[in-house]
Amino acid sequence: MANKSTDILEEYSDKEYEFGFVTDIEMEVAPKGLSEETIHFISAKKEEPAWLLEWRLKGYHSFLKQPAPTWQNFELPAVDFQDISYYAAPKSKAKYKSLDEVDPELISTFEKLGIPLSEQKLLAGVAVDAVFDSVSVATTYKETLKEQGIIFCSISEAVKEHPELVQKYLGSVVPYSDNLYASLNAAAFSDGSFVYIPKGVRCPMELSTYFRINTENTGQFERTLIIADEGSYVSYLEGCTAPKRDENQLHAAVVELIALENAEIKYSTVQNWYPGDKEGNGGIYNFVTKRGICKGAHSKISWTQVETGSAITWKYPSVILQGDYSSGEFYSVAVTKNKQIADTGTKMFHIGKQTKSRIISKGISAGEGQNSYRGLVQVGSKAEQARNFTQCDSLLIGDRCGAHTFPYIESKNKTATIEHEATTSKIGEDQIFYLNQRGIDTEKAVALIVNGYAKEVLNQLPMEFAVEAQKLLSISLEGSVG
Amino acid sequence: MLSIKNLQAKVEDKLILKGIDLQVNAGEVHAIMGPNGSGKSSLASVLAGRESYEVTCGDVTFDGKNLLDLSPEDRAREGLFLAFQYPIEIPGVSNINFLRTALNEIRAYHNEPPIEAKEFLRLTREKQKLVEFDAKLTNRSLNEGFSGGEKKRNEIFQLAMLNPKLSILDETDSGLDIDALRIVSNGVNKLRSDKNAFIVITHYQRLLDYIVPDFVHVLYDGKIVKSGTKELALELEERGYDWIKEPVTSESV
Repeated sequence: MANKSTDILEEYSDKEYEFGFVTDIEMEVAPKGLSEETIHFISAKKEEPAWLLEWRLKGYHSFLKQPAPTWQNFELPAVDFQDISYYAAPKSKAKYKSLDEVDPELISTFEKLGIPLSEQKLLAGVAVDAVFDSVSVATTYKETLKEQGIIFCSISEAVKEHPELVQKYLGSVVPYSDNLYASLNAAAFSDGSFVYIPKGVRCPMELSTYFRINTENTGQFERTLIIADEGSYVSYLEGCTAPKRDENQLHAAVVELIALENAEIKYSTVQNWYPGDKEGNGGIYNFVTKRGICKGAHSKISWTQVETGSAITWKYPSVILQGDYSSGEFYSVAVTKNKQIADTGTKMFHIGKQTKSRIISKGISAGEGQNSYRGLVQVGSKAEQARNFTQCDSLLIGDRCGAHTFPYIESKNKTATIEHEATTSKIGEDQIFYLNQRGIDTEKAVALIVNGYAKEVLNQLPMEFAVEAQKLLSISLEGSVG
Repeated sequence: MLSIKNLQAKVEDKLILKGIDLQVNAGEVHAIMGPNGSGKSSLASVLAGRESYEVTCGDVTFDGKNLLDLSPEDRAREGLFLAFQYPIEIPGVSNINFLRTALNEIRAYHNEPPIEAKEFLRLTREKQKLVEFDAKLTNRSLNEGFSGGEKKRNEIFQLAMLNPKLSILDETDSGLDIDALRIVSNGVNKLRSDKNAFIVITHYQRLLDYIVPDFVHVLYDGKIVKSGTKELALELEERGYDWIKEPVTSESV
């Protein structure tokens, strides 16, 4: 019996990446390479104030001084930072007053991706900011949101319209010197989303940003800043795709979340960057710094991520639990197949007293995929009665993939309670046969098993995205089991 | 409905089935008995298409089709159902979602549209009642944390939902207490019709008090060594299997 089980789990043909098309549109692309000149160019293009240019330059100088990190559980490919273009924007208009002015080619690109931008067609209750290469194309429902004082726009626009908020919070959670890629982002970030929810307002709809890398040899360095003022609530979702290309592309984003007293931010990601082909050619390097701070008491930040794309995913959405009684959550499903690598997890910094954190990580490895969970739970000396619960599960499909777990726990307070659970399982031949015997073919059987396994995380996603994510999981694993 | 001719099969080079002949017609219930290791469960696995078994010889026709040519899922879609001896658990997949998927896959195979939500709900309620299956279990994860008895009852519930032509019950009675045995048997009896057929694999005559077979076959050392009516089961209960073994042993010498 045993010798057959590996046969069952052997390879299948590769499922095509669905979003691998290229949009043919005239672009304005900055010359390759990063220098003070490039930064001046980007800043000027965006008509930025002097303080921001200065901040970018600080980021640049910090970038020059920093070595590449060495602690990751994969061979970090050498990225030639001078071979990347740091700015690419659709040529037509720098700024759109309404959707009618947007190039129809762009609109149709987002429609192909299942992101209709015309507001009446949108799923009720989702406002979208669409970022194409470096520039925010359109933000829907802006007016509706404005009535409640909610600001949802591109970060470039926020710099102009709400400089006081941007200047106060930009870099306050992820400083320009945080790490190599965060410095690079500070220097070269092109666009991204900005959200501000005023005191006591519960955002009436899901806010969503959709990122699309299109142009060759460009990096995407968006920056997202979300501020939830006292007693407010917001649920935010980001999605992303890129065309199929033989060379690797760099995506080095930064996301900063700030939750003031009694505020709650729920941040969900469905990441579907191009993962590269079966042999591991091409694909996105997804090196992202995401961090939130629970600044006020009783505040809450929750990260949910479904990671199915990218050649390499390297990110640790984290929460600084500064406010007393604040809580942080991290729910993750990461899928690696073929030669994909994911090194992902979270960091929970317990600073305030009675702070709570919960980490649920579900790794799925297929083909020759390598999946690492890396997490840090740190309890400071003043974090009385801090509590953490961590569960990391790994699911293996086939016998050439790998799952690794690197949990770090540092506690300086004796009253803290920290729990860690971990399991590793394989999709069994018996499970598949059982489902086959009920008329369900192997592909669907695997999808069913995987979705069941990831359910606890998928349940955290807003309804319509949970359905998308389920489909995405099934598609991603199609072909990984025979 | 099912016609098995000289079926031989091996696992890892060991011959397990050594020439089975069996004819099952619509409306019939066949019991297959025999001591441990005689090949009863192997026969069920081979018919269902478990990959670890290699058929080396013989023919199996199911409703006019060559069963051995079909994939396990197509055999199921053609109307062959195996109630597993050890039903497996699938965490996080709700029983109901699993059943709807299965039902719709079978329907799609027969070019039928997916079942409507309302109709599915009605069907679920009806069948739950028919086989006395606890509604609470319907929404739980597939067999996860179910007791042995609950798992077996879930098999019968699935059988009721999928309405197969031929059902093979692989030691469904093992591990059941007397109440559960009665409930499971009642379920099967209610599902019996002149259009479907059952193969009931069991160790004990006890089950056959509840599910009365039309035919009883004794499997020993990979072969059917004796066939008869339900009286044969009673005789086996009384005399054990030893008297059955004798002739085979002498034949094979």
